[in-house]
Amino acid sequence: MIPLITGQVVAFWIFAPLSIAGALGMVIARKPVHSAISLAGMMVALGCLYASLDAPFLFVAQIIVYTGAIMMLFLFTMMIVGVDTTDSLIETLRGQRVAAAIFVFAFAAFIIVVAGNGIVTGAGGLETANAGGNVEGIAKIIFGTYVFAFELTAALLMVAALAAIVLAHGESLRKRETQAERARRKTLEFAETGKDPGPLPGPGVYARHNSIEYPALLPDGSIAEKSVSPTLAIRGVAVVENDGLRAAHRAAITEFVEVQDENTGSDEAPKVAEELADPGSVERTAIETTDGDPDTPKEQ
Amino acid sequence: MSPNAYVVLSAILFSIGLLGFLIRRNVLIAFMSVELMLNSANLAMVAFSYANGTLLGQVGAFFVMVVAACEVVIGLAIIMIIFKTRRSASVDDQNQLKH
Amino acid sequence: MVSLLEIVIPVEATGLFSYAWLMIAIPLVVSAILLLGGKATDAWGHWLGVLGALGSFVVTAVLWIQMLGAPVDQRAVHVPMFDWISVGSLDLKAALLVDQLSILFALLVTGVGSLIFIYSVGYMAHDPNRRRFFAFLNLFIVAMLTLVLADNYALLFVGWEGVGLASYLLIGFWQERHSAALAAKKAFVVNRIGDLGLLLAMFTMVALFGSVNFTEVNQAASSAGSGWLTALGLFLLLAACGKSAQVPLQSWLLDAMEGPTPVSALIHAATMVTAGVYLVVRSHSIYELTAAASLAVCIVGVVTLLAGAWIGSTKDDIKKVLAGSTMSQIGYMMLAAGIGPAGGAFAIFHLFTHGFFKANMFLGAGSVMHAMNDDTDMRHFGALRKVMPWTFITFAIGYLAIIGIPPFAGFYSKDHIVVAAWERGWYFGVLAIVGAGITAFYMTRLMMMTFFGTKRWADGVHPHESPKIMVGPLVVLSIGAAVLGMILNNSIQHWLAPPTGGHPHDAALWEIPWQGWVTLLVVLVGVAIGYLMYRGEISFEQPHTTNPIVYIGRNDLLADKFNDAVFVRGGGKAAAGVAAVDDLLVDGGVRSTATLATSLGGALGKLENGYTRSYGLTMVIGVVVVGAVLILGRLA
Repeated sequence: MIPLITGQVVAFWIFAPLSIAGALGMVIARKPVHSAISLAGMMVALGCLYASLDAPFLFVAQIIVYTGAIMMLFLFTMMIVGVDTTDSLIETLRGQRVAAAIFVFAFAAFIIVVAGNGIVTGAGGLETANAGGNVEGIAKIIFGTYVFAFELTAALLMVAALAAIVLAHGESLRKRETQAERARRKTLEFAETGKDPGPLPGPGVYARHNSIEYPALLPDGSIAEKSVSPTLAIRGVAVVENDGLRAAHRAAITEFVEVQDENTGSDEAPKVAEELADPGSVERTAIETTDGDPDTPKEQ
Repeated sequence: MSPNAYVVLSAILFSIGLLGFLIRRNVLIAFMSVELMLNSANLAMVAFSYANGTLLGQVGAFFVMVVAACEVVIGLAIIMIIFKTRRSASVDDQNQLKH
Repeated sequence: MVSLLEIVIPVEATGLFSYAWLMIAIPLVVSAILLLGGKATDAWGHWLGVLGALGSFVVTAVLWIQMLGAPVDQRAVHVPMFDWISVGSLDLKAALLVDQLSILFALLVTGVGSLIFIYSVGYMAHDPNRRRFFAFLNLFIVAMLTLVLADNYALLFVGWEGVGLASYLLIGFWQERHSAALAAKKAFVVNRIGDLGLLLAMFTMVALFGSVNFTEVNQAASSAGSGWLTALGLFLLLAACGKSAQVPLQSWLLDAMEGPTPVSALIHAATMVTAGVYLVVRSHSIYELTAAASLAVCIVGVVTLLAGAWIGSTKDDIKKVLAGSTMSQIGYMMLAAGIGPAGGAFAIFHLFTHGFFKANMFLGAGSVMHAMNDDTDMRHFGALRKVMPWTFITFAIGYLAIIGIPPFAGFYSKDHIVVAAWERGWYFGVLAIVGAGITAFYMTRLMMMTFFGTKRWADGVHPHESPKIMVGPLVVLSIGAAVLGMILNNSIQHWLAPPTGGHPHDAALWEIPWQGWVTLLVVLVGVAIGYLMYRGEISFEQPHTTNPIVYIGRNDLLADKFNDAVFVRGGGKAAAGVAAVDDLLVDGGVRSTATLATSLGGALGKLENGYTRSYGLTMVIGVVVVGAVLILGRLA
């Protein structure tokens, strides 16, 4: 007699290894995001197992609540906390790994041996229980016998949401600047140090690409480091080599200066070449004046 | 399918989650291991429900899900605060209750 | 085995015997008056003191005469006084047992005591504390009479302690002398060791027999196991050794000569030191049942009689020679008492005669000291017989008595002991005879150095005879030393047969057994040796000696050194060792529980390392352990 292979059996043998793989992946993965994705996959597999156990409501609830809401929460937190925080492989607590492996293995063996044959009667299935529909059956129980527990968990959810808002609020330590204050501050800084009162260059200014990973160029062709998110810079996504972008620019300026030298007889080319090669090494004067006062225009 | 197989699977998943909690230092991954353990318990409850022919196990799993959601919310909020103030995402750094 | 017929059951007191307590009460009242009256009684205190002793003697004599007239089986009289201790199953009544033995002792104590009291009036005439002296003397009489008249061991112990106290007070009477204070303390401490023996014996008796009453103990003695009886005998022997200055507790007696001479005469010659012999004879029914303890008593007696003779032969202090002699003679008494019923009566006989001649000689020595400005060194005496004739003659009578020349008292009493010892075992007999020989030697030495030879007096010493009040008691005592032997030879055996369980056999005064002849011969040899050695020149200063025998004898058989090394220093080391053990083990044990707790806490504290993960691991371990226990428990 060939034993009847039901869909349940097939589902089990497909999704059970998947769920174990997902769990192992979660534990073993180095990067937290990989870990979270693994766990999400495991939860989906678990949902399918619920479906094979005549629990369609839980199947859906698992995917919506657990995979959809909870795992996403995890991912968002990971982004705030830092996707780059990876564990080193070295264990700081002596013997923790070995002891954990031994005892968890013992624990697993113990539970499997004990509970592995725990169900001796039943396996009857849920045909009678699901007679009026699984959702209706569950609803009867939740809103019937366990309505009080239901109300409590609802209250718990509300409290949790409030708690999250309160905890994550984060009081600002300083008073926020108003626009007038910011304008006044920037003007003062310009007057004192000559710092540009305008806003920081956004991404893409003087850029050839409309992408956040391409840095903005300063007027002399060097990269404005503040235009690229430091995360991207650390991750090595932003392009840091700036010479490729500047080559054309440098060539143009060099030709301009040489023409100027030919026409006016001045010897600016070496200085400019030096400046182009190493920006900021040569002291620049903005406007030449006769008496040194920068506001007096130079007589032509 | 003998429902015992589901219980064994649940046990295996639980152990994996336990191992993850004990070994990993990243606080988020430790938290996710706890979620794994909860899930495995859910699986066991649903399996028992299937075996006993009632829906009580599924209701229990449902409530576990709800409570797990609340727990994740608050836990992650706490993790965020700790990260903001102490700039560390490692469970080992929070050993101020050391003797 | 002692049959019930041989144990005497005392009759109840009637008539004059109901006033037997007066024997104790009279000196007690006198002592109280003298102590509480203080300086107001100084003028006539000494006479009141003498009256105290005399009054007690009168009562004793009257009771004795009553007893003489009573039939033999009614001579033991029980005089109840008051209920003392009644707790649980132990019911102690304070009562007196006036029987042949105790009345004899009481006569000795009060009679010789009265004579010594009269002597003391003269001897202590120049002492400003004479009244206090008589108060303490009366206190002693009270305690000694309590001791001998008690009808149970507990009341005896009260008297026992009382005489110890009186001895302490009287040895250290001249409080300003450091040596006297030390000697008093030493006497008390060594006695205390003996008291331990008596206490243990009483405890054993209560445990075994439920009573410490003499009669009840004697009746029940045969019911105890032989091991316990031997233990009882040894405990009582320990007590007797302490009080009677027997080896090994003899070291205090020679130091006790620091006290005034009447004290030495009364307490450390005639009465207190004989209390040990009394105890042994009183407990004869116990000793009859245990051969081991009796043998121990005999051995102690023999060893002491030789030890005392050894010491006496090497000392130059006249009182210390007499003290060594006392130790030796009491050894004879203990030897006799250890022989059992055959020797018990002879022990008391010798005790009685010894009381007379030893007190006589001590008082004589006191008379000599009085004449020589309280110098006791015999090397400073010499040729005193012409200057102090009365003292010389009375002393000579005592001398003849002690060495055992017939017909003086010592001959008869010592002779009986030698015969009994010989019958007990020839070795005892031989040693007793040898001891007699040495006794003769050192007593002759004493006589030669003190009364014969040439004058070796120090400058400014003009010896003269003592006043009549001192000479009188000397004469009376010497008469006793002379004739008592002949008078009591047979009668005392009959008199003391019931309380000692002996069987008297009469003998005529001239029937001398062969041991007597041998002893006499040896004694004469000893006299001859002593005469020959000491009739020549005797140096004023004690010469240094390399002879080990002399050296050991001069140093009290090195007993003090031994006691110091073994007990004082050894005890100190043992105490230090016990203290160290206490500190290490007991305190260490207590401390180690604390250390254990702290170290355990410290070790467990390491588990609290603050890491969540290790806490989690601990939880998992716990779960696994509990699970394993449950599973395995289910399987088993």
